[in-house]
Order: sequence, then C-alpha cells, then structure tokens
Amino acid sequence: MNLGALVAFVRPELDWHALAPELTLLAVGTLVTVADIALDDKAKRMMPTLAGIGLLITLVPILTLAADGAERSMFGGAYVVDDFSLVLKALFILAGYVVVLMSVDYVREGDYYENEYYTLLLTSLLGMVMMASSRDLVSVFVALELLSIPAYMLAAWRKGGPRSNEAGLKYYLMGVFASAVMLYGMSLVFGVAGDTDFGTISEALRGEGASPIVIVAILFVLVGFAFKVSAVPFHTWAPDTYEGAPTPVTAFLSVASKAAGFVALLGLVFVAFEGAADVVQPFFWVLAVVTMTVGNLIALRQTNIVRMLAYSGVAQGGFMLVPFAVAFEGDAWTVPGAGITTTVLPSAYEAVIVYLIIYAFMNLGAFSVVLAVARRTRSGEIDSYAGLFRYAPGMAVLMTVFLASLAGIPPAGGWFAKFVIFRTLADASTPAGWVLAAIVAVNAVIAFGYYARVLVQMWFEPVPETVALGVDASGDAEDELADEPAEASANDDGGFVATETRQQTMVAFTPGPIPMTGALAAALAITVVATMALGVFPGLVSHFGEVASFYLGG
Amino acid sequence: MLKTRGSFLVDATGFDAWALTLAVFLPAVGALVMMVVPRARELELKMIALGSSLAALAVGVYLLFAFDYGNAGELQFGVHKGWIDAINADYILGLDGLSLPLLILSMVIIPLCVIYSWEHIPEPGNAKAFFILMLILASGMNGTFVAQDLILFFVFFEVVLLPMYFMIGVWGGENRRYASLKFFLFTLFGSALMIVSFVALYFVATNEAGTALNTFNMSELAEAAGGDLARGTQAIIFAGLFMGFGIKVPMFPFHTWLPDAHTEAPTVGSVILAAVLLKLGTYGFVRIALPFLPEGAAAWAPWIGLLAVIGIIYGALGCLAQTDMKRLIAFSSVAHMGFVMLGIATLTPIGINAAVFGMVAHGIITGMLFFLAGSVKERYHTLEIGRLGGLLKSAPRMGWILAISAMASLGLPGLAGFWGEFPVILSAYNPGAGLSEELFRTYMVIAAVGTVFAAGYLLWLFQRSAFGEPKAEWEGHAIADVNRFEWAAWMPLILAMVVFGFFPGLIFGVVDDVSVGIAESISAAVGGS
Repeated sequence: MNLGALVAFVRPELDWHALAPELTLLAVGTLVTVADIALDDKAKRMMPTLAGIGLLITLVPILTLAADGAERSMFGGAYVVDDFSLVLKALFILAGYVVVLMSVDYVREGDYYENEYYTLLLTSLLGMVMMASSRDLVSVFVALELLSIPAYMLAAWRKGGPRSNEAGLKYYLMGVFASAVMLYGMSLVFGVAGDTDFGTISEALRGEGASPIVIVAILFVLVGFAFKVSAVPFHTWAPDTYEGAPTPVTAFLSVASKAAGFVALLGLVFVAFEGAADVVQPFFWVLAVVTMTVGNLIALRQTNIVRMLAYSGVAQGGFMLVPFAVAFEGDAWTVPGAGITTTVLPSAYEAVIVYLIIYAFMNLGAFSVVLAVARRTRSGEIDSYAGLFRYAPGMAVLMTVFLASLAGIPPAGGWFAKFVIFRTLADASTPAGWVLAAIVAVNAVIAFGYYARVLVQMWFEPVPETVALGVDASGDAEDELADEPAEASANDDGGFVATETRQQTMVAFTPGPIPMTGALAAALAITVVATMALGVFPGLVSHFGEVASFYLGG
Repeated sequence: MLKTRGSFLVDATGFDAWALTLAVFLPAVGALVMMVVPRARELELKMIALGSSLAALAVGVYLLFAFDYGNAGELQFGVHKGWIDAINADYILGLDGLSLPLLILSMVIIPLCVIYSWEHIPEPGNAKAFFILMLILASGMNGTFVAQDLILFFVFFEVVLLPMYFMIGVWGGENRRYASLKFFLFTLFGSALMIVSFVALYFVATNEAGTALNTFNMSELAEAAGGDLARGTQAIIFAGLFMGFGIKVPMFPFHTWLPDAHTEAPTVGSVILAAVLLKLGTYGFVRIALPFLPEGAAAWAPWIGLLAVIGIIYGALGCLAQTDMKRLIAFSSVAHMGFVMLGIATLTPIGINAAVFGMVAHGIITGMLFFLAGSVKERYHTLEIGRLGGLLKSAPRMGWILAISAMASLGLPGLAGFWGEFPVILSAYNPGAGLSEELFRTYMVIAAVGTVFAAGYLLWLFQRSAFGEPKAEWEGHAIADVNRFEWAAWMPLILAMVVFGFFPGLIFGVVDDVSVGIAESISAAVGGS
C-alpha cells in the first residue's frame, strides 16, 4: 500500500448549497457568542432576537434546496440532503424557533446566562439538523452527540436550583450510558457488515440473517436509542429531567430531542436493519406496548403538570414506536433506481413523520401554556389550574385545544396522528398488527384520563385561594427549601430513585389576567394555528409525510 | 330487483352545492363570532347564538322544500371536494331520506334550546361559553348526519364529545365530574375501536369482483355491500363498529354512562343528548354498519336483538326503581333505544323504517320530557317524585304538557311514540336476511311486554307528580306555570308529537326508499353467498 495515499489528505467534494442550513446555524451560533464578548450588557438583550432571526434565515436555504429538489449526497453517502431530511430540518428549525420564543422572557426574568443559553440551543439544533441528513453510523453518532451535549448543560441551566442540577446530571449520566451502549452495538454492526453505511449494512444483514451476533448488535443499538426517545423501561431519566429543567428546555427536550432520536431510528430501522426484521419487529412491538401502557398509567398519577406532560410524552413516544413494529409488513416492491426488492411498509414510515410533526406543535403549545400560566400562579401543580377558565378563559381554551390534540380528539391536530398509526396497522394487516391496534385504542382512552384532569381543574373547579409554589416558577423559593433532607424511597412514580420528599409551600393566590409577553404570545399563536390547521386540513402534513418517504429509495 | 341505493354522488350546482356546507358550518361560524364578542354584552351574544342556529334551520327549511322526495333513496345536494389526498379522504356531503329527518331534528332542537336557556343559564352562568358550546355541538351533529366520507363522519362524530363533556362538567349537578368523565371515556373507547374498523374497511373492502376499493367514500362502500369479504371478516369489522355505535346509542350493557350523564347534565344538555346525540349511534348502524357489512350485520343481528330486548326490559325495570324524575326519563331512553335497535336488528324495511321513526320520535318526546324535568327542578328545586304532586293544580298547563309527553312516550296511538314502537314489534314477527323467526318472535313478545312496563312507569310518574293535591311542603310557594320562553321552546315539539302521530307517513315516506334499499341489499348479499 502506498504510504503517501494514506497520509495525503484529499478534500472530499463539498456541496456548499447542501450544507448551507448547517453553515448558517453555525454562523449564527458563533455570532451570538462573539456578540456576547464584544457588546456591552445592553446589547445582550438583542440575543434572543438574533437567535430567532438566525433560525428564520436558516429556513431560506432549506426552502431553496426543497425548490431545487435534487438529491445531494456527500462523503460517500454518509451525508445526504433529500426531501426527507429537508422536511425534518424545517421541523427542527421551526421547533427551535418556538423554543426561542418561549425562552426569551423566562431566561431574562430568571436572570440566567442568556447568550450561552442561545448558543447551546443553536448548537443542539445544529446536531439535529445534521441528524436528518446522516445515513451512516458515524455521522449518526456525531450528530447525536452534538445535539445531546449542549442539551445536558441546558437541563441544568437553573444552576441555583437543586432539581435542575439533578435534572442535568441524571440526563447526562443516562445519556452517556446510552451512547456507550449504542456505540458498542454500532461497533458490532460494523464488525458484521464491514462498513458503516446504511445501504451496505442492509445488504450485509440480508445475507447474514439473524445470527446471534447480529441480534446482539441490533439490540444494543436500539436500546441506546430507546434511552434517547425515553421508551419504557429506559425512560426513568425523563420525568426528573423534565421537571427539574427550565420549562422551555423541557419543551425542547420533549419535542426536538425526541424527534431527533426518531429520525435516527427511521434511518436505522427502515434502511439498515431490514435484513433483521425478525428481531426488530417483535422488539418494537413489545417496546411500543410497554411504553404506551406504562407511560399512560404512571401519567394518571401525576400531580405536577410538567411531570404529567413528561409521562404523556413517554406514552406519545410509545405511539410513535408502533409503526416500527410493522415496518416490514408491506407487499414486496422494488425501490426505483436501486433495483432492491423490499417489503418496507411506506405508510409506517410516513406515519412516524406525520406523528412527529403534529406532536411537535401540540406539545410545544402545551408547554407554552404551562409557561404562561406559571407567570400568574407561580406553580406547576395541576391543582393550580383550578378556575383558569374563570379568570383567563382564552388561556383555558388554548390549553384545551392542545390537550384535546394530545388526546387525539378532532378537530385538533392530534387525531390525525393517531389515525395514521391505525392506518399503518390496518395497512400491514397482520394478526400482531390488529392486536396492537386494539392496544393503541385502549391506550388512547386511558390517556384522556389524565388530560381530563387538567381540563377538570381549568373548567369545573372554582378559583383556589392558595396554590403550591412550584419548582420551576420560583427558583428562589425552591432554593430555600433545598435543605430538606433527601431520602431514598420508592417515589410516587414507582421508580426506585432517590427523591426529596415533596415539600409544598402554599401561597395566597389572586386570580387575574395572565401577564403576557409578545414572544410568548407569538409562540402560542404559532402552535395553536398549526395544531388546528393540521387537524382541519391534515393534507398539509400528510403531504410532507409522503414526500419524505421517498428517502426509502436510498 | 336490487335498487341502486346510495349511488355515486352527483355534485349539485348553484346554491344547492352550498346548502349542506352552510347547514353544517353556520353554527360554527356563529360560535367563532361569539368568541370575539366581550362577555359582558350578553344580549348580543344570545342574539348571535339564536341567529346562527336559526340561519342553519332556515337552510334546513330550504332543504325540506328543495328535496326531491321522488328520489329519496339518492344522495342529494352533493358536494365532493378533495380534503386529505394522502389518505384518500374527501369532503363529501350528501342528503338522502335517511339523513333528512335527523338533520332537521338536530336543526330544530338547537334553536329551541337557545330559546329555553335565554333567561336561565344554569349555574355557574357564563352565557357566552354555554352558547358557544351549543353551537359547536350543532355543527358536529349536523355534520355527522350529512357526511358521506368515513373520515369526515368520524371527525364530526368526535367533535360533539368535548362540548358535551364541558356542558355536563361545568353546568351540571353535584356529581358532574364523575358523570362527564364517564360519558367521555365510554364514548372515546367506542370511537377508538370504530376508527380501527374504518381503516380496516379501507384496506379490506372489495367490490363484487374482489378488487380492493381503498376508499372512505361511504356511497361506494355501501354500493359494494361487503363485496366478496368473508362472513368472518365482516363480523370482526362489524364488532368494532358495533362498539363505536353501540356505546353511543347506548345499548345494554354499555348504557351505564347514560343515566349518570343525563342526571347530571344541565337541562338543555340532557335535551341535546337525548334528542340528537344518542341518534348518532343508531344512525351509524343504519348508515354505515348495515349496508357496508351485510353479512356481518346478519351474523350480529341475533345478538343485537338480544341486547335490544334486554335493554327494553332492563330500562323499564330501571325506571320503576327510580325516585328521581330525570333519572327515570334517562332510563326510559335505554328502553326506547332498545326498540330502535330491535327494529334495526330485524334487517327488514319495516324495522329500519320504524327505527328511524323511533329515533325522531324519541328525540322529540324525550327532549320534551327533559325540558319538563328541567322546569320542574327549577320550580321545586327537587326532582324527587315522592315530593312532587299536584302539578295539575299548581301549574295546570305544565301538568297537561307532561301528560301529553308521557302518553306520547308510552306509545299511545295518535301520538308520535306509537309509530316508533308498534311497527318495530310488527317487524320482529318476520325478520329478514334469513334470521331465525323463532328467536325474533320471542324478542317480539318480550318487546311487547316492555311496552306494558313503559305504560306502567310513565303513568306512575305522571300520577305521582301531577295528580292529587300539592304536597304540604310547597304551601305558600307559588309554582309558576309555563312562561313565554318555555312556550316558545316547547310548542314546536308538542305540535310535532301530534302531527307525526296522525301523519306518520311524513317520515315513513321519506325514509322508505333508503330502508328498502338497505334491507334488499342485505338480503341479496346474504342470500347470494
């Protein structure tokens, strides 16, 4: 072998247009950091605006690429820009934009570091945007770490509050553990396939069949991602992290971060692991059933709204896992251009994407309301929503829309997400699929139980005289309580982790209009319009699902 | 000869193409307008609510005149526009003889409820929200009756859930939280299974030749009448539909949400629930379950008949055990819907025809009874039958209205209730589609006994609340007689009871083509296999 060829660096072909969204994000992130150093404190108030505008500018190259329509592949197929990746990039950017809107006043009023916050947020988004294009184990892993590491820090952003520290630490430890497991699995996959490219892995696994080493390899990779998307039993970090982290960060984690995990799973499962369908499908069948059911049942018992939304997010993740369980139950068809025959079920692929898009808006909306209401009640307890309809009817209606959507009740968007899941299962038309459909149906009903608890408080109950001071809304009060002894016990979630005994300070409550800010109002407006529009005209989103599924051609 | 029922929809032109869309969405537009009107301007809010519900009714009157009664079996005023291309679900509306009476019923009930609530919004007040919910309900109900695409049907079917949930939960009685949640969870469970059946239909339904239809278009699915689907498959899919519609009806043993919901709901909530919402379930059976899956229907019919007669007897016995007037009326709904379901289960034209008549009659009569219960409660602050009495003396007009309604409800000939029960019993003598005659004749006898029970509990209710002297505890209380809002809200219903009692052909004639078509296509499908 020629030593020179090993040493000499040959620059790979770069398609600057294809990389423009990533580069823009990188530039904006850098700009925010530099501006922080260069400008005085007054100018720092510009930072969220800068970050927001930067995100909107990032949409421009995404749109031009979409208009162009050509599929662009780089680095030997490890990084691909196609319709699938563009749809999801746009989703990440929009979700990021809403999170920035949610963060503006929260971060400023909480007196937290501002510039670093937005820099990290943008960096994490960069990782997600890269994830959408990754078609190779290495690029998937790099993107995953790039999106996760800033998120660990963001979770601990209320550094004065012990719960936030706990949130960050737990998320970090679990995340790193998951990465390690996943990386081990990936190395085994590489050992079997001899390559890290999805397409090559797919071919190798078809030839290999489900040998023990393949099973172990795939299970390790999937378990790693199960942590990321907080599937039961790998979900235990999620409620603590969600509750402790600043609320906008929680929204970010529960939507964007989870979506990124699913994007990676889509590529891995539908393309790379097709040869191991016998392993993958039963794994996801069980995972989906357990995740939905356990998530729902535990959510029923929550008294804190963020925790409730966390478990609801776990359960929603379970619904999104359902299509994976029938991923390869389609009729055999030939991928155009590639000449491969496959039994991948396109509607399963579409269903996940459609669910992700709808879920992003409705869940971000619900968190926006939580943020807004906490500005008045300074509480995160579900009880504190009592009588909301009496003193802030508009906010109560908004929350109703989002919760109805999460529960899947038309005409709010969520019904269509549930519908495509059912449609996929019917399309697969296997006995296992039909059983799963019945389980999904039962779970959809259970889920309403806890969403209804918030509705009951908002609509049916009188305005309370006192509310429990929340973890999130009042970092200072929380700090004073931090001296309470922590004790290890079976906590109220059934998980065995050390928790503080829940001490609640009751404070007098005066009802009144919610103090709104422009940014928060914009976040609410975007999410409610999107949620309702997607429910009344689901064609908007199903179109993207269809467009995106051409990725299967790769 | 097999009639081409539910033939492919022809788009209407001109105003006709807009009529159904207006009928469905005018109330929703009213609700949107009300959202931006400040809460303090109560009169304007009420006017908008009344105006938009009357506007929808005006469209309904137009439909009544423009409807081609010679072709009542065909879908008229058709609209067919793209909606969700990716899943092949379209925006299809159409009106035939089956939809028309129910649509008009729903359109009439809403303005009456608005008028009735004009001066008494139940505790804790807030006319704005109350009327907005009522209008959203109206849109959902009207839409369900005219939707001709399964997904569109599903959306409208579900839209009514939340408003009714809030109506019970916010303005209801003491036990409202429990009742509203129970109502919601029961119905949601049913509709979750229903949607599974809908998508199953999409993928497995075939035409006669065995080609997959892949459509949600209801008239196409009805046309195919199950195609070459095996009886077993049909029965399984039918089971999902049965859960969805049967819980909504509600059929025994899923009826337990009903007495709670009715008892706790505010007066107009009960009225809407009884008059229209329950019909969504029975309508679903006639419109969707029977024609789409004829063999599934034939397989299930004996069981539906059984549950129906259990419902009749159980409902009647339940009534006899009640001490609360509203709860008694609620249980009577279980019995009456049992008659409707028995009519459907016979799979005969007469049975289906009578079932549709029974739906409308029950809507009018039970709606009226709930109005009365509400007014009694308002005057006496109790519905304990034992504490009432002497209504004919203290408020004679109201007493007589109660008399007419109770007579109508027990099926006295000459009033509307009779035509919903008698032909059902008749039809069970000779069930269609090869169903066992012995079985259905047994059902017939049991149902006939049920009518005796019905007479028993209704007369008992009337006697104890209206006859005799007013109880001592009400001495010194002036019990106001029917006021002008009540007259306005009740008169149309009382008139309808009498008119339909004397001229049942008004409804039978409209529904006949459809029910004959359905029954014939079922017997053709069952006989041909």
